[in-house]
Amino acid sequence: MSAPTVPLTATETRIVEVRAGILKKNDELARALRRRFEAAGVFVVNLVSSPGTGKTAFLERTLRELREQGLRVAALVGDLETDNDAQRLARSGAPARQINTHGRCHLEAEMIEAHLDDFAIDQLDVLFIENVGNLVCPASYDLGEAMRVALLSVTEGEDKPLKYPTMFNSADVAMITKVDLAEACEFDWEAARQSIESVRPGMTILSCSARKGTGMATWYAALETRRQGWRSTRRDVVV
Amino acid sequence: MHELSIAHGIVDVAVGEARRLGAVRVSAVHVAVGRLSGIEAGALLFCYDIATAGTPLDGSRLVIEDVPISIYCKPCGSEKALPGVNRFRCPDCQTPSGDIRRGRELELTHLEVEQPDFTPLTQSAAS
Repeated sequence: MSAPTVPLTATETRIVEVRAGILKKNDELARALRRRFEAAGVFVVNLVSSPGTGKTAFLERTLRELREQGLRVAALVGDLETDNDAQRLARSGAPARQINTHGRCHLEAEMIEAHLDDFAIDQLDVLFIENVGNLVCPASYDLGEAMRVALLSVTEGEDKPLKYPTMFNSADVAMITKVDLAEACEFDWEAARQSIESVRPGMTILSCSARKGTGMATWYAALETRRQGWRSTRRDVVV
Repeated sequence: MHELSIAHGIVDVAVGEARRLGAVRVSAVHVAVGRLSGIEAGALLFCYDIATAGTPLDGSRLVIEDVPISIYCKPCGSEKALPGVNRFRCPDCQTPSGDIRRGRELELTHLEVEQPDFTPLTQSAAS
């Protein structure tokens, strides 16, 4: 019989179970942000959509009119390069800060955290985050928001939610924008409703024209209802 | 495309775990990717080589497990896998359901690692 084989290497290959979230770092930071927002009493809304849906026009009007109603509002706006949007939003009179992602296609929790010192967040009622215009990537990143609104314009076609189900599925409210153009685009309301309902049964669907002001009062009412619900259930957090 | 960010996330998590395990080399990384995670497997594979270059994961394989969406159907009283990603209805009774049980995963599940074998060589030679 030959001599027993001595292993040539002092290592062994093993398969080890790990089970760890890939976005762990972002998710942990988002949880910390959520606790911070709750402690400060600021309701945070994340606006997501494809480019050109009219997020900035929608937000500009929202900021102006909510300020007129006496709410303390502010905005963080994500963009790949320019600060055009923050300049536009600042015209509403509300504080607005630009986050340049320098090519990144979405906002991440650490970018939000890095810009929070620009605001006295405990002096705010609502902080809006205008995400980068992109219907894919922002869906994966929790920013610690209390509410996510997915915007869909009548010019984009009724089946966008079917094509980008993850985004609509991760949002709380679908907002159909540019309704003043609906007739010209032959927008099929029922088809749009069905495609939203198909990817997110029971989702709240609102519609508006930020240019004409149509539907904005309903949006403010829906926002306020959710904010009040959040205020009554948010945990008592000591900072 | 955010697959590059995701690939960097995989590297972060895997390097930390490998260090914790005392691994000398990582030969493969297994991830579970839910169909609702918004990740495209081809793009992730492409970005993986870029993200791992020059890291302890350089040269390792990425193994992607595709996780279909499952919803809970109340009338049927059970979890049902959906054939697609954009019709949240029970495939059997057609009742709509937004109660998602699987399909959002974006998780590192296993690592194939080479670990130092602490068994004394004389003992393994005798066995």
